[in-house]
Amino acid sequence: MKRYLYYPGCSLRGTGKAYEESLLAVFKALDVELEELEDWNCCGATAYMAIDEMNAFALAGRNLALAEKKKLDLVAPCSACYLVLNKAQRYIKEYPKVARLLEHGFKAAGLTYTGTAKVRHPLDILIHDIGVDQIKARVKRPLAGLKVAPYYGCQIVRPYATFDLMYYPVSMDKLLRAVGAEIVDYPLKTRCCGGSQKGTLPEVGLSLIHILLKEAGRRGAQVVSTICPLCQFNLDAFQDEAGKKYGEVSMPVVYFTQLLGLAFGFSAKELGLERNIVPAKRVLAKFEPAAA
Amino acid sequence: MDARNGDRRIGVYVCHCGTNIAATVDVKAVAEYAAALPGVVVSREYKYMCSDPGQELIRQDIVEQKLNRVVVAACSPLLHEETFRGAVAKGGLNPFCFQMVNIREHDSWVHQDRQRATEKAIALVRAAIRRVALHKPLEKKRVSIHPDVLIVGGGIAGIHAALTLANAGKHVYLVEREPTIGGNMAKFDKTFPTLDCAACILTPKMTAVKKHPNITLWTLSEVTHVEGYVGNFEVAVTRKPRYINEELCVGCLECIEACVYKQAKVPDEFNLGLGKRRPIYISFPQAVPQIPVIDPETCIDFKSGRCKKTCIEACGDRHAVDLKQQPKQETIKVGAIILATGYQTFDARKVPDYGYGVYPNVYTAPEVERLINASGPTGGEVIMRDGRKPQSIGIIHCVGSRDENTNRWCSRVCCMYSLKLAHLLKERTGAEVYNFYIDMRAAGKAYEEFYHKLLEEGVHMIRSRVAEVTDWAMTPEEEGKLVMRAEDTLISFVRRVPVDMVVLSVGLVPHEDAQDVRRLFNISCSSEGWFLERHPKLAPVNTFTDGIFIAGACQAPKDIPDAVGQAGSAAAEAMVLIDTGYVEMEPNTAYILEEECSGCKTCIPLCPYSAITFLSDKKVAQINEVLCKGCGTCVAACPSGSIKQNLFEDEEILEEIQGVLANA
Amino acid sequence: MPEKELESPRAVQNGFEPKIVAFFCNWCTYLAADLAGTSRIKYAPNIRVIRTMCSGRVDPQFVLEAFARGADGVLIGGCHPGDCHYQEGNYKTLRRVLGEMGIEDERFRLEWISASEAERLKVAVNDMVEKVRALGPLRLEIKAEHFPEEVAA
Repeated sequence: MKRYLYYPGCSLRGTGKAYEESLLAVFKALDVELEELEDWNCCGATAYMAIDEMNAFALAGRNLALAEKKKLDLVAPCSACYLVLNKAQRYIKEYPKVARLLEHGFKAAGLTYTGTAKVRHPLDILIHDIGVDQIKARVKRPLAGLKVAPYYGCQIVRPYATFDLMYYPVSMDKLLRAVGAEIVDYPLKTRCCGGSQKGTLPEVGLSLIHILLKEAGRRGAQVVSTICPLCQFNLDAFQDEAGKKYGEVSMPVVYFTQLLGLAFGFSAKELGLERNIVPAKRVLAKFEPAAA
Repeated sequence: MDARNGDRRIGVYVCHCGTNIAATVDVKAVAEYAAALPGVVVSREYKYMCSDPGQELIRQDIVEQKLNRVVVAACSPLLHEETFRGAVAKGGLNPFCFQMVNIREHDSWVHQDRQRATEKAIALVRAAIRRVALHKPLEKKRVSIHPDVLIVGGGIAGIHAALTLANAGKHVYLVEREPTIGGNMAKFDKTFPTLDCAACILTPKMTAVKKHPNITLWTLSEVTHVEGYVGNFEVAVTRKPRYINEELCVGCLECIEACVYKQAKVPDEFNLGLGKRRPIYISFPQAVPQIPVIDPETCIDFKSGRCKKTCIEACGDRHAVDLKQQPKQETIKVGAIILATGYQTFDARKVPDYGYGVYPNVYTAPEVERLINASGPTGGEVIMRDGRKPQSIGIIHCVGSRDENTNRWCSRVCCMYSLKLAHLLKERTGAEVYNFYIDMRAAGKAYEEFYHKLLEEGVHMIRSRVAEVTDWAMTPEEEGKLVMRAEDTLISFVRRVPVDMVVLSVGLVPHEDAQDVRRLFNISCSSEGWFLERHPKLAPVNTFTDGIFIAGACQAPKDIPDAVGQAGSAAAEAMVLIDTGYVEMEPNTAYILEEECSGCKTCIPLCPYSAITFLSDKKVAQINEVLCKGCGTCVAACPSGSIKQNLFEDEEILEEIQGVLANA
Repeated sequence: MPEKELESPRAVQNGFEPKIVAFFCNWCTYLAADLAGTSRIKYAPNIRVIRTMCSGRVDPQFVLEAFARGADGVLIGGCHPGDCHYQEGNYKTLRRVLGEMGIEDERFRLEWISASEAERLKVAVNDMVEKVRALGPLRLEIKAEHFPEEVAA
């Protein structure tokens, strides 16, 4: 039985609820125990880091200090949380000035920080700790004939690519193939979705969203598989708007854990598939378990 | 301790080497320390010991102070041991009554703490003084030199070196592993900056090689074993079968026409896989020797034993086709060897962002050379793999060079050949051409002027490092094109440039088997894999193995004029050896004290040079002075201690050990 | 990141500076050390190099002599196996003898360093100096005068 600390972050409790639902279901099916990090706080994401770096490190660092007490690896499914936590850890290690400043903060919070927490990504855990064979063994209904465009987004490969290749990651490809899906060649797999730019610079954000969806369709994908709540939201929520401006696109955008979960036999509801804006039903319905 | 060095009169010289040593080591303190040691009669420090006045100091002291041993503490003995031995000899003292101490490369250049560096220098000098006291006078022995030369590699460098030596009356073996000489240059279309046709300037030299009475040309051949030492190398060469008898073939090439394969089907190596050939083929029309080759992997007769053998029929009464030909082993003796094995180009698949191997219309520069070459797979027309002619072309500089992720070095020729290709492609196709460069390196004669000319031709220069080549469109103009995404650093703007064809200017890398080759010849490679020169500035064609020289791109990336220059230089170095007629061997050979040898034969199998034999009448071992290379393995291994080594006697080394550790 | 300063006050603080005798072969390791010099690569000043034409020349007697005369460590540098004539047998025997004498493994080291590997040399030297420093001075209980007789016996 494998155990990990679990850091949902704000998004998995908010717009990314489906990610949490499907992740917990999949990990449970694989006998992986997740213990939620007690008293975790928001990681600050890209927003805080851009405004006040030091405070942002302190905010993220508190979670690391909490985590290292437990001596378990910490799973951070949201790409921004994953990056921010890792970045804070690196900066504290490499720059004595940062470490010195934060020391006061940790002390004031009654915490010690030794930099020993390990922040992991669910893809990393599934491929390296659990292994593709275990995944294959749990498949009840292979996603045969389902053409998937694997979309990783940027934050888990830039600037640090620790468990997969920077320019052409393949871990999600491997997992989805293990459950029987067909992976479409998708060179835009790490291309930025625009992140928050859809709000701040909509002309930039929307065009990026459109390209990702258009190319996925052009290459024959029936569904886009993501790992990041913001990517999922961006690609899911603005298809009409993008269609009106640049040309029609229509493609369900799901989390990779939802696809794994379907293959494991969970229902659409259990996996949060009903939360999608663009309905995934028409593409994924045939993989759902027959109504009980 | 005081009786040590009794009748020795030792002179010690500590060099400043300008500030190279003196800035870190207190040379004065070292000289003062040495002056107080037993046996030391004179101890000096001087700015530049290797200079004339410096050497004169030594000579004068030997005469006036009647010195019988000399120690110089300065740079590496590998640099100036010979220089100082020469100075000692000029003073009338045997040059081997000398010991050199390395306090520069091994001390002042690698340490920073002045006190520790000086302590170390003192310890090393003390050790040398104790050692040199035990040195005996020795004589260098002379060995004659075999007058023939072996040149490995028949590219432009090898060819030039061969012709130079042959014209000087020396006999040369030119060994080339491909079926034809010409190397990489034979594949080019035009050469920069003159835009001379590569074949036109190369083929006369190739023909000259074939015709020259002093050159023995062996193609489709490889060196398999090298033994011996400078002036006396014994080399084994395997000549692979081409299944055509070279003596009988007249080069009519009718056998190729007659082959049962009416259509060429085999990917053509010379055309880098862009074209096809038959199993019987000649690399290119001007190949030297002008003799076809049969590829046993694809020839029907070799694979199945059942072929009409129309090639034999076409050859008629010349009977040159010999399907039973066997590899031939040759053994040759030469006095000097020149390695001119050239380079390979960087494998562009290692930079996946540029899409080589993924998008059919992404090419490497060597492939484009073949496309634009009139004798290439498309007859000189620029036709892409999908059959279209490009109307826009992007050329990416520095692929696989100047990059921490691939190779750090600059491959030197790519900027120039990228400009050349830009010119030729534009001329041939009228397309819009974009060169994506980081820096424009046009350092040779007339190179900058060539660049300038390009600017006037309307080639677009974009200063950037291309991030990626992709096939998806953001705008209608990009549909169906390859999009090159790059930050134009001159206007600080990220650009998307849609093109039909992408050309990757791949860098130069050492041959895949460079390490195997260098081991064969007992030379070294640099950390990047190029053959190692003795000194990067002053001895670029010599290696650390006497008698073996390197020339051309195998030493480092370079263009044709430099390769030819080095080839001439290597030929001259080889000629020095041969014309001198003899070489003097270092007298650091091992010798056996007959009376102490027990005849156990432990030493005999250990000698890497097979220099030890057993004398069955005297029942003792004997060392051949000429073959002995002074490695000392037998000396250390001898159980009875009856093998000694000149210049590296046990006592001498033990004194050195005690010297570096003594506190006094 | 700036290179760690090796000749740091810390070393002086502790007081003990190991003395390491190094036997480098002329063609490979000695050249690599020269290359470190021309490249100005800095490393610990604790080693004293004795040059031999080939590490095959290094008699076990030399190693024992070095330890007996006050060396805290001995380093032998040769070319890569296959290129080198250094007899592995010598090395293995020596390891056993030194072990029996109570000399720790880290004090005697064999490194394959080819002519272009200046960085490797630096790393090996620094690593060895640190390891030997941690072990402290050798203080071998052998009187140097009687040593040659013991070895000959």
